[in-house]
Amino acid sequence: MTPYLNHIERTRRDFLTSSACGLGGAALSQMLSNDGVLAADSAANPLAIKSPAFAPKAKNCIFLFQAAAPSHLDLYDPKPKLNELDGKPLPASTLEKVRFAFIKKEAAVLMGSPRKWTKHGECGTEFSEFVPNIATCADDILMIRSMFSEQFNHHPGQLLLSCGRATFGLPSIGSWLTYGLGSESQNLPGYVVLTSGRGSSGGASLWNNGFLPSHYAGVLFRNQGEAVLNLSNPSGLPAELQRRGLDTLKALNENRLSEIHDPEIASRIASYELAFRMQSAAPELIDLNSESKTTLDAYGIDRAQHPQATGRGNVLDAHLTFPRNCLLARRLVERGVRFVNIIYEAWDQHSNLEGDLKYNSWVVDQPIAALIKDLKQRGLFDSTLIVWGAEFGRTPLGENRTPGTPPSGRDHHPFSFTLWMAGGGIKGGQVYGESDEIGWGVAKDPVHVNDFHATLLHLFGLDHLKLTARHQGRDFRLTDVGGKVINRWLA
Amino acid sequence: MTPRFLFLATILVVSTSFAVAADKLPPPADRKIDFAKDVRPLLEKHCWGCHGAKKQESGLRLDSRDALLRGGDIGQVIAAGDSERSRLIVLVSGTDSQTVMPPDGPQLKPHEVGILRAWVDQGCVWPADESPKTDAKNTHWSYQPIRRVAVPNVKKSDWLRNSIDPFVLAELEKRGIAPSPEADRFTLIRRLNLDLLGLAPTLEEVDAFVKDSRPNAYEELVDRLLKSPHFGERWGRHWLDMARYADSDGYEKDNPRPDAYRWRDWVIEAINSDLPFDQFTIEQIAGDLLPNATAMQKLATAFHRQTLTNTEGGTDKEQWRVEACFDRTETTGAVWLGLTVGCARCHTHKYDAISQREYYQLFAAYNNGDEETAVVPKSPEEVAAYTTAKQKFDAEVADVTAKLRAEQAKLGEAFAAWETKAQTALAESAAQPLKLHALDDLKVESDGNVTFVAQKDGSFLASGANPNSVTYTITGKTKVTGVTALRLDVLPDNSLPAKGPGRVAHGNFVLSEMTVEVSPNADFANARKLEFAGAKADFEQADKPWRAADVIDGNEGTGWAIAPQFGKEHWAIFGLKDPLAIEGHVFVRAQLRQLYGQQHSIGRFKLSLQTGIEPSITLPENVQKLLAVKPEQRSAEQSQQLLDYYSSLDAATKTFVQQLDELKKKEPAKPELTVRVVLQRAKDPRKTFVFRRGEFLEPLTEQEVVPAGFSTLPPMRPRDEKAVMSDRLDLARWLVSANNPLTPRVTVNHIWRQLFGRGIVASVNDFGVRGEKPSHPELLDWLAASFRDGNKSSQPWSRKALIKLIVTSATYRQVSRHRDELLEVDPQNVLLGRQNRLRVEAEIVRDLSLDVAGLLSKKIGGPSVFPALPPGITDLSYAGNFKWTNSTGEDRNRRGMYTFFKRTAPHPNLTTFDCPDANLTCVERRASNTPLQALITLNNETFLEASQAFAKRLLSHSSKDDAARLTHAFRLCVARVPSDRELHQLTGLLTANRDFYRAHQDDSKKLAGAIEVSGASPDETAAWIATARIVLNLDEFITRE
Repeated sequence: MTPYLNHIERTRRDFLTSSACGLGGAALSQMLSNDGVLAADSAANPLAIKSPAFAPKAKNCIFLFQAAAPSHLDLYDPKPKLNELDGKPLPASTLEKVRFAFIKKEAAVLMGSPRKWTKHGECGTEFSEFVPNIATCADDILMIRSMFSEQFNHHPGQLLLSCGRATFGLPSIGSWLTYGLGSESQNLPGYVVLTSGRGSSGGASLWNNGFLPSHYAGVLFRNQGEAVLNLSNPSGLPAELQRRGLDTLKALNENRLSEIHDPEIASRIASYELAFRMQSAAPELIDLNSESKTTLDAYGIDRAQHPQATGRGNVLDAHLTFPRNCLLARRLVERGVRFVNIIYEAWDQHSNLEGDLKYNSWVVDQPIAALIKDLKQRGLFDSTLIVWGAEFGRTPLGENRTPGTPPSGRDHHPFSFTLWMAGGGIKGGQVYGESDEIGWGVAKDPVHVNDFHATLLHLFGLDHLKLTARHQGRDFRLTDVGGKVINRWLA
Repeated sequence: MTPRFLFLATILVVSTSFAVAADKLPPPADRKIDFAKDVRPLLEKHCWGCHGAKKQESGLRLDSRDALLRGGDIGQVIAAGDSERSRLIVLVSGTDSQTVMPPDGPQLKPHEVGILRAWVDQGCVWPADESPKTDAKNTHWSYQPIRRVAVPNVKKSDWLRNSIDPFVLAELEKRGIAPSPEADRFTLIRRLNLDLLGLAPTLEEVDAFVKDSRPNAYEELVDRLLKSPHFGERWGRHWLDMARYADSDGYEKDNPRPDAYRWRDWVIEAINSDLPFDQFTIEQIAGDLLPNATAMQKLATAFHRQTLTNTEGGTDKEQWRVEACFDRTETTGAVWLGLTVGCARCHTHKYDAISQREYYQLFAAYNNGDEETAVVPKSPEEVAAYTTAKQKFDAEVADVTAKLRAEQAKLGEAFAAWETKAQTALAESAAQPLKLHALDDLKVESDGNVTFVAQKDGSFLASGANPNSVTYTITGKTKVTGVTALRLDVLPDNSLPAKGPGRVAHGNFVLSEMTVEVSPNADFANARKLEFAGAKADFEQADKPWRAADVIDGNEGTGWAIAPQFGKEHWAIFGLKDPLAIEGHVFVRAQLRQLYGQQHSIGRFKLSLQTGIEPSITLPENVQKLLAVKPEQRSAEQSQQLLDYYSSLDAATKTFVQQLDELKKKEPAKPELTVRVVLQRAKDPRKTFVFRRGEFLEPLTEQEVVPAGFSTLPPMRPRDEKAVMSDRLDLARWLVSANNPLTPRVTVNHIWRQLFGRGIVASVNDFGVRGEKPSHPELLDWLAASFRDGNKSSQPWSRKALIKLIVTSATYRQVSRHRDELLEVDPQNVLLGRQNRLRVEAEIVRDLSLDVAGLLSKKIGGPSVFPALPPGITDLSYAGNFKWTNSTGEDRNRRGMYTFFKRTAPHPNLTTFDCPDANLTCVERRASNTPLQALITLNNETFLEASQAFAKRLLSHSSKDDAARLTHAFRLCVARVPSDRELHQLTGLLTANRDFYRAHQDDSKKLAGAIEVSGASPDETAAWIATARIVLNLDEFITRE
């Protein structure tokens, strides 16, 4: 099989070399000076649209990355038995076999969840009281209660969820999607990253292009100043002058191209043109003036701070940037951006679970529900895949970092956790898989992160076994050496 | 269930054992087994397809007795003489619920298993001539010895410049292709400067070279550049990519490594001094193991301290230690051997002949290298500066000392008198030494239901009620006479908040007042209150202050406290006005009144009586010791020390002693730095085992693995014949041994890649079977041999000699213009019918702009710097644990390679231009063209500053003529002279900019910023900035043609 990467490189080179040099000087300059630029642009552009292997259900993805791992046992996976056993130790046989990040094994006891749970929608999926708005979308949501991974610490776990394996140097989901499908946006990057709150453990390694060319890297949009780094012209240099300068630059580079015939020069000319278009498209994107008050209020764009704002989720105005990022995600998807990653690193509740989880859930609940409804109203829901997930879940044990004090938090837990999806080809209104009665392990239909990735690619019309890129002699894929498509998730 | 889940379940439940009850196995055949007749057919039919000469699944071969007994990735499979304990027997018997062999095709019948069992029980007899005839030697090209090849004959011999050229020309001629002509001199000098230094030539250098008609002009230029100290920066940076160099730990916490730069300096220096590549290798892999290793050789091992460190909470240290060793193993494979050994961490390599066991043989060499530190000199410059300063300092000390000595000579009588006085005082206190006494029949009570538990050391621990204010009453009796003081010890205890010694949450207390009464009667009739003369304590809280003396001042609003020294023991001593003389015994009652409130009471304490007297003059301990030695027995040194002490008291000498003390405070500090290195573990050496599927919790402890090489390469042997096994130094020597074909080929290929943009082996990171074949195999071997062995004019393993050879070839000197007629034949320019055009690397993109603008600092080496970075970038690293403070002055504009590299939030100007992220070794950088790059060079602060400074430089140019200035601008950027057309286009832009800014004075001022040029109006300055900015964005400017 020809690896994609070589294929792309060759197509691009072939086009440029044949058109740039095969047409002769006059035709060449004609081509580059008029509409030809766009043609050359699309061929020179590794983000040009490519057809998927089979008919896709989803065209875009909004990944709501709840970094540092929320307690699924207090949000999405009710465990009455756990409440019964509150304060009791785990069976010794289980304890011996497991490692903990922070819990002192000898004193570990189970901790029930004080949350109230209610069935929602026609499907009757249960949600805790902390996510009342998301719960109203129950019939759209595929709740997966049987995720598992083998990564215990944040950064490796986040790498696994983002790149399919807990190692550096691999492309992330958005890179694979733009590599496999290109981007429909002519004026914006195909892969955009939005963040709320503090930096994540994984930092930039979570939106890496890895060994793929840097066209496939996630582009970070900023919450302060210009939307994209270096987007604005220097002060005192207006757009008209920028255009005038770029025209000369293009002419000079074209001289060189006609002299040297290196297609890389055409590629550079095209990259300047895209940059110029991005300079007007990105500010337009983040300007929310065209949105109605109803829409703004639905997301909670200008909402007041929660009276009990607390914890690690309450930094850098996350309660305002998160709704804004959800709305931006919709606007990005509208403009053809392939993959939007919203990262909210807030959920590492080793202590004060009660207060912090309540606050963080408030931060995300309304905007996420608004996003789902907004996409539906605009007819984008069916082609947009929404993923809510984290690198792992949290343990049914209470965490007792300070001996002698009652447990108030939960430690990391990769053996069983919850992730949910909606939209783009997903059969909503169902619960898939089960954790065991105390939420320790998976009881039914285990789903490894690789399986989740395989199915995600499938929704985009891509075969996870065939979407490969050769690196160091090996054909790498998002699903590493695992992954199977889970048909029961598909609409 | 996915296979992965099975795996997880295995870890969580019980490690499955292959031991199966013997009664489940078919019984062994009850006869003598003949290998050829009975066993060989079974092996041939069922096993050799996957475990034979062609394939070795799971690293296991079953086609010879040796291989069979050696086992595979998961350890031994046969226990000769014991079939029940032989894993192979269990697996072929079908009794293991998880694994059955063979996995496909027919299973063995029970009587066949019986035959194998009997054969194993009988000792696995395998006649020598009964192994299949196979060529055991791996035939893949890169493992074969480097051939001595003859230079081929070619037709167009007048094109040739050195021995590289015939190899290239021969391939071109085979296809009827003529090589490209030599590039013009403008291109050549810029190409050489960028390739060798990463800096553009000055216009003066360009013009001198263009005019230089001497036949050796080119070679002289090359020699000059090879001698430039910037050569080490340029080629050092390539090496840093391979070493995954960074200034921070990586992973979540990503703490800074402020010492990392020191190793970077070492690399620059080693490359500038052309440290032969074999030595360069040995010192970096195992410099610590060299005999009498120098500090610099230990520093070199920091190559493998560039691995990441995970200090996230809750991590398993051993897991991440092993992870770092994995990285060292795999980086070694990539950098020196060009092999993707990482695959074999978990299983035998699918494509290349690297078994999992061989992976761990390499790993074993690193397994006893510990992450340690070493002290090294900061830099030769700083050492030189120190030496000068130290000499000056020593001279000053000698001068003052001489003056002191002269005065001391006159001190005789005074000194003797002082000694007499001192000796007397010491004798007094020696006669009545200090001694502590506990009270007898001790009892403690309080007014607030506090419970006191007596401790073994005589102290009392308070618990139970914890009133806001409280008084402790201590009673007891004593027979000791001559008590001079009371001593109160307050002690920490784990049961107290913050470990005490107080009972309030933070561990403090306030002792407000203490009263002590004595009485001959137990009921304290006729009690007498003792009077105190003074008090002292080991520590007193400074803020109010809260002193021991306040405990006996009769004021309840004052007292003794100890913040912030919680969790430690403290004491206070209260001296009595008169020694307590008694006959028989006396009852003592002490009241500790703690009236501050808010539970500021003592948690654990001990009250003692003190007898004896303290010396009347205080003498430092060392002086007391000197005085204890009889004068005639004192050494000259001791006498001098005593005299020196006295001199600090005597008015005649005091000033000199003070001068000396002051002087010594200014003693220059040795310019030393503690750096991270790898040092061999001194004791408790670790054993190495294969980890099942690379999982560090699952070592296969049946078989220890010792350091060794790969079967495809010459063996690795201990340098010391008596050594039990090889070590890391043997590994290093093996890498560069004369008969290892990979290291020279791989290294030559790296260097070739930098100079042509494409390796002779295009897959520079993969010399295995999945990699590309060399385009010019003979050339590769010829270069590898001459690099390894040297020749008449060059040392073995000389990087500079190799680079000189390549850049002086006609092949290198060709123009890079693409040739239409070769599009079909050789679209990728594999045959090198021309040079390649290369976009310069991320660091150099910035260096070039700053240099043209006259802003670039060319200072070499030293700590990393923090060039301008927009706010908010480092917020993205976890927990915001890092503040990027923009450097000022020269450090703002140092070369890009000195930019502080924070792994989780690297400078976007670097990563956007494809700078590797330093998490893994990178042997080849890509070069992409993206819109984000265009935005950087157009709009980024650093590049705007460059445009401004460049414009200022142009406006200060002697000629006032636009065309001359624009030509100058163009040439400063790309060396060549612009064409009329190019000049016309630039003039058009300048005119348009001028028109605009004349009409927009406000914008002029904004764009010009702080730039002011005498004689130029703001609008003229702005017009030139806007024009210069476009010249700095020319594709040609950031391209090495």
